[in-house]
Amino acid sequence: MSASSPAAPASPVRALLARINLQQYVVYVGFLAIFLFFAVVLRDSGFLTQRNLVNIVLQTAPATIMAIGLVFVLSAGDIDLSFGSTVAVSALCAAMAMAAMPAAAFPVGILAGLGAGLLVGAINGVLIAWLRLPSFLVTLATMGLVAGIGRSLTQLRSIPVTDPLFTGIFGSGSLFGVPSLVIWTVVAVAIGHVIYRQTRFGAHVLATGDNARAAQVTGIKVSRIRLWVFMISGGLAGLAGLLYAGRLQAAKYTLGETDLMTVIAAVIVGGTLLNGGKGSVIGALVGSLLMGMLNNGLILMGLSVSDQMIVRGLIILVAVAVSLREKTR
Amino acid sequence: MLDTASAPVLELSNIRKAFGGIVAIEDFSLDVRAGEVVALVGDNGAGKSTLIKIISGVYAPTSGAIRIDGQEVSMPNATKAREHGIEVVYQDLALVDQQPVYMNLFLGRELTKGPFRVLDRRQMIAETERLVTELDVRIPSAHATISDLSGGQRQGIAIARATHWARKLVLLDEPTAALGVAETAKVEKTVAALKSRDIGVLIISHSLDQVFRLSDRICVLRRGKQIGVRETAKTDKNEIVSMITGV
Ligand SMILES: Nc1ncnc2c1ncn2[C@@H]1O[C@H](COP(=O)(O)OP(=O)(O)O)[C@@H](O)[C@H]1O
Ligand SMILES: [Mg+2]
Repeated sequence: MSASSPAAPASPVRALLARINLQQYVVYVGFLAIFLFFAVVLRDSGFLTQRNLVNIVLQTAPATIMAIGLVFVLSAGDIDLSFGSTVAVSALCAAMAMAAMPAAAFPVGILAGLGAGLLVGAINGVLIAWLRLPSFLVTLATMGLVAGIGRSLTQLRSIPVTDPLFTGIFGSGSLFGVPSLVIWTVVAVAIGHVIYRQTRFGAHVLATGDNARAAQVTGIKVSRIRLWVFMISGGLAGLAGLLYAGRLQAAKYTLGETDLMTVIAAVIVGGTLLNGGKGSVIGALVGSLLMGMLNNGLILMGLSVSDQMIVRGLIILVAVAVSLREKTR
Repeated sequence: MLDTASAPVLELSNIRKAFGGIVAIEDFSLDVRAGEVVALVGDNGAGKSTLIKIISGVYAPTSGAIRIDGQEVSMPNATKAREHGIEVVYQDLALVDQQPVYMNLFLGRELTKGPFRVLDRRQMIAETERLVTELDVRIPSAHATISDLSGGQRQGIAIARATHWARKLVLLDEPTAALGVAETAKVEKTVAALKSRDIGVLIISHSLDQVFRLSDRICVLRRGKQIGVRETAKTDKNEIVSMITGV
């Protein structure tokens, strides 16, 4: 504000400090702390090798993509529990379509994978936004439903994905030496961040999650926003399915099975509020890398799968506690 | 003066509103002219807020007609009302708590720039600063988060938003109920400024002193019934009080 304004703050530094929110930075501090911890403790176990660090990024790519979708859903004041099982069905649909039409494998695979994800998102969105059913219950139901469909589609069998173009672009390929999964992550985060922070749509998502009635009376089409965030979440789950199928060169009903908790943790740690109105796509990326690094480090430390689950559960508890403390500050 | 002045910007004819079995408004008719301040008074539960929400398109009336500038309109949603130049300061303010002041002033009407229509934050901030200075709303900055502001500041933002966008009519639902003396005076000044911009004002207030200071006419509601409309200059508090209470 201009200096002549009677209520201008004492100094611009103070004004800047007042705008900084501790919680937004917890994830970066946490990321650094855990990184340093592993770098020291695991210095002889190969944690710091370039190969291992790149591997962490590659492994977290699908989770990061899902996390972007969840940022939108949570920011709009809803929750999506179904994206984990959507990932598997999308990958299976893509793999089956490619097997059925090998001549046009690449486009058919993309269409089937993304289409399946968008369809689940649309079903969630219509039930939640237009029939006004609570998102927790709707997506809990579709989570189970979609998981069941994934199992019955192939009688629990794994479907190979062999199209070289598909496995290159969604898996092992690279461009100018940059692995394709890294490119997908960067592009998705960049687009997601711009839409979230720099467009009217992003502003309307935040307004919807913050105060849906206020959004409504100021002319924001709240139902349409809610439908859209579930479409985004479903579509990104579809993309994550393609990435899994490309990297593993196969699709199976177990894909994405354990991602639900990881992704929710990544997003909450990254500064997105569970009750809507506030969040960060970049934070979700760092949160996702943090979860991936944690996973990697705990394995290198020799922890059992059950111990890993316990540690991750504890991290989520801490993250939620910090997030709620900030909210009621 | 009343009939020679401009045609009514708002005409309500025989408005009735029932929520299931509860009749919140029965047979309500009222005109508001350009540059006229009409006060709506009545006890709690009389139906005042419901009436405002009918005019602004939040609720559809069960029956009756709404005309704006002589044209009958149906307002299925709040966007319609805004397109007609009607702005509302709701009793609960309708602010988005975790967003900065400037985003609230432009909520639903955010400014964009460039071919990709990215948010023009700089422009929104500049206009916000101009507006809050003009209306003397004392906030730390246009960046301040709504949840960090006092009740009076929040009220100021909601009123600033309405006055900024209004072209025909501003509806105010108890705008000074939570305010101190100085803040109340500012709101009253803002209402006077709207009047001089030839904008119609419909204000709900429990303070009869304020009603008599501000309004040209007073409309009394009691348990959903329209008891009567008086010209402020030709009535007094005793009459209005007895109309409100029915004794
Ligand atoms: N959405 C609603 N559903 C059911 N009844 C309502 C609703 N809104 C208002 N009412 C009822 O309508 C009557 C008038 O309420 P209101 O307009 O809020 O009164 P006022 O603003 O004059 O205090 C009250 O009896 C209230 O309970
Ligand atoms: Mg009321």
